[in-house]
Amino acid sequence: MRHIISIMMENEAGALSRVAGLFSARSYNIESLTVAPTEDASLSRMTIVTRGSDEVLEQITKQLNKLIDVVKMQDLSDGDHIERELMLAKVKATGEHREEMKRIADIFRGRIIDVSDKTYTIELTGTGAKLDAFLEAIDPVAIMEVVRTGTSGIGRGDRVLKI
Amino acid sequence: MADTELTGAEIVVRCLAAEGVEHVFGYPGGAVLNIYDEIYKQDRFQHILVRHEQAAVHAADAYSRSTGKVGVALVTSGPGATNAVTGIATAYMDSIPMVVVTGQVPTAAIGMDAFQEVDTVGITRPCVKHNFLVKDVRELAETMKKAFYIAASGRPGPVVVDIPKDVTQHSCAFHYPETISMRSYNPTSKGHAGQIKRAVQMLLEAKRPVIYTGGGVILGDAAAQLTELARLLGYPVTNTLMGLGGYPSPDPLFLGMLGMHGTIEANMAMQHCDVLLAVGARFDDRVIGNPKHFQKEARKIIHIDVDPSSISKRVKVDVPIVGDVGHVLAEIAKFAQAADHGPDQEALKAWWAQIELWRSQDCLKYDRASPLIKPQYVIEKLYEVTQGDAFVTSDVGQHQMWAAQYYKFAKPRRWINSGGLGTMGFGLPAAMGVQMAHPGAPVACITGEGSIQMNIQELATCKQSNLPIKIILLNNGYLGMVRQWQEFFYEERYAESYVASLPDFVKLSEAYGHVGMRIEKPEDVEPALRRAFGEYKDQLVFMNFLTDPRENVYPMIPAGKGLSEMILI
Ligand SMILES: Cc1ncc(C[n+]2csc(CCOP(=O)(O)OP(=O)(O)O)c2C)c(N)n1
Repeated sequence: MRHIISIMMENEAGALSRVAGLFSARSYNIESLTVAPTEDASLSRMTIVTRGSDEVLEQITKQLNKLIDVVKMQDLSDGDHIERELMLAKVKATGEHREEMKRIADIFRGRIIDVSDKTYTIELTGTGAKLDAFLEAIDPVAIMEVVRTGTSGIGRGDRVLKI
Repeated sequence: MADTELTGAEIVVRCLAAEGVEHVFGYPGGAVLNIYDEIYKQDRFQHILVRHEQAAVHAADAYSRSTGKVGVALVTSGPGATNAVTGIATAYMDSIPMVVVTGQVPTAAIGMDAFQEVDTVGITRPCVKHNFLVKDVRELAETMKKAFYIAASGRPGPVVVDIPKDVTQHSCAFHYPETISMRSYNPTSKGHAGQIKRAVQMLLEAKRPVIYTGGGVILGDAAAQLTELARLLGYPVTNTLMGLGGYPSPDPLFLGMLGMHGTIEANMAMQHCDVLLAVGARFDDRVIGNPKHFQKEARKIIHIDVDPSSISKRVKVDVPIVGDVGHVLAEIAKFAQAADHGPDQEALKAWWAQIELWRSQDCLKYDRASPLIKPQYVIEKLYEVTQGDAFVTSDVGQHQMWAAQYYKFAKPRRWINSGGLGTMGFGLPAAMGVQMAHPGAPVACITGEGSIQMNIQELATCKQSNLPIKIILLNNGYLGMVRQWQEFFYEERYAESYVASLPDFVKLSEAYGHVGMRIEKPEDVEPALRRAFGEYKDQLVFMNFLTDPRENVYPMIPAGKGLSEMILI
């Protein structure tokens, strides 16, 4: 099953490599990983999307908690949560593609944020699945470049991860 | 009191003194020269100069294993640090509390491929409990405090503190914090009361109970609590290789070691029990073999461990208890004593009858009439001569297994071996660490001719530091454990397991200034040992026992097989 793990860790040099190293050393799967400092500059927040059985997830959780730099963590998939990913897609926008791209971007509530006579750059946010769906909806030959941030997540309602 | 300004090098030395460190094992080099200069000027702790950094780390590690204190090693940057890595990984696999201080090139040179630069923090990351690169002298004292705290608390482990040379030169006000608290690190110590009660109930309802304990009982100083609980219940006990000495081996409740080279009674009882109390052990592959085979029999498992990630890692557990093993065992004993009924005596009697039947197969028997020296015999005699009270270190191979099987450890922290990583070359430096910690105590290093040659240069350290270690070389002429696997599983194709061109070990020992002996006949074994531990008590004696080259370690569970699938003699 797919899990979104949210980690609050000390904003120390090397903290990211401890997490990444743990996943590779124990051959846990990483689908995406995002990290940035939070409103408290001493902490950074990381979101990891991974897949594994319940047993593997139990180990991932325990091993992450064991890292000295990890202050707190949560498996967001255990409860109600919101996930978002940002994608920047540069697509061909010539001939019939020009109208078509704009139309599909609108359907997916994407925004065209850069335009040239041959290209559009579309900004799109949503769940990973929505971004996948967008890429499937457009003509594959029109895709020039795709950049995705990986998933960030947060609990719904008053579910918070705080120290 | 006004804080005085000290250099980083002075701070390192002051921190070590403040931690009560008495011995530091190390080897100098450019990046740590400032620290060595301060060591020269102080008399709070003794520095032991080794001949290879790997040995410094093994010695510090064994110092810790035999005392429970945090071991300390000091090495220089680059090759000093890389040489230390095997030692660090060895300690990490066996959860040994240790602080390793490594020199680093000056901060401005980091990343420049400077002379003797390696990314020590990067290289050691997967084999330390934690590591630090100290970039500012003002963080040095607190980092040292954290290093000792992290190394010794929770599930212990090695911590590396990497210090650039300029940081050892810079100065700042020195203040060593007395305590430290970290928001990201709070190891659990007390077990959950509700879980403890569930465990007691399960234990008292058992028909075929077994207590299986590992290195966690040794590290947690819980041997007394374990012994008390086992005797209170009258339940059989087995120890892992790392757990030996956690329960007195000569005791009738003791089934011997379990696992790949465990006894029949221990392995069969483990496989067929209905309630298993696992304490400070981790169900690893060398212990239960194939987990699928293990899980074929239904049993309830209670698992006590200070590290939650050890629980339900290879085997699903019914009652997990996270906490200090000694505390939890004492609580279990308390509740068991207060319970309205004791163990089911009738079921227990039948279970013991079954166990005695397994035990009567006498799986550790060997040919006592052989004209060749049997390695098992040497260990038995060592046990007799030292009255079971020596510190025994070992290398890795057949000799290690024979030591574990035949030296009946009665106390914790007496059996010192690399169980997790299986590091050949551990034995001699480990014996140095133990002897430094326990001057005057008998220390035996049981080794093979392969292993001893991996750190034989340390004979010089032993001379310089006057360490009267007794080296028991079980010389079978082969990398014996490799030869055994080739005999069993590779149709006797002995690829590169014959160690030709052995040196004359007697001359070699003498060249280093020690006593050497060569023992070729069974009847000479005991007299040699008596002389070594008697007449030559205060000298290092290197005993080269020429043993039966074809002897194998039995019983044996082939890798990937189950506990009841032992190869017997
Ligand atoms: C550093 C290292 N290299 C290789 C091995 C693999 N290995 C395990 S046991 C063994 C043979 C050990 O031979 P020896 O020290 O002579 O002991 P014996 O088995 O003969 O008692 C080897 C090579 C190891 N454990 N450690």
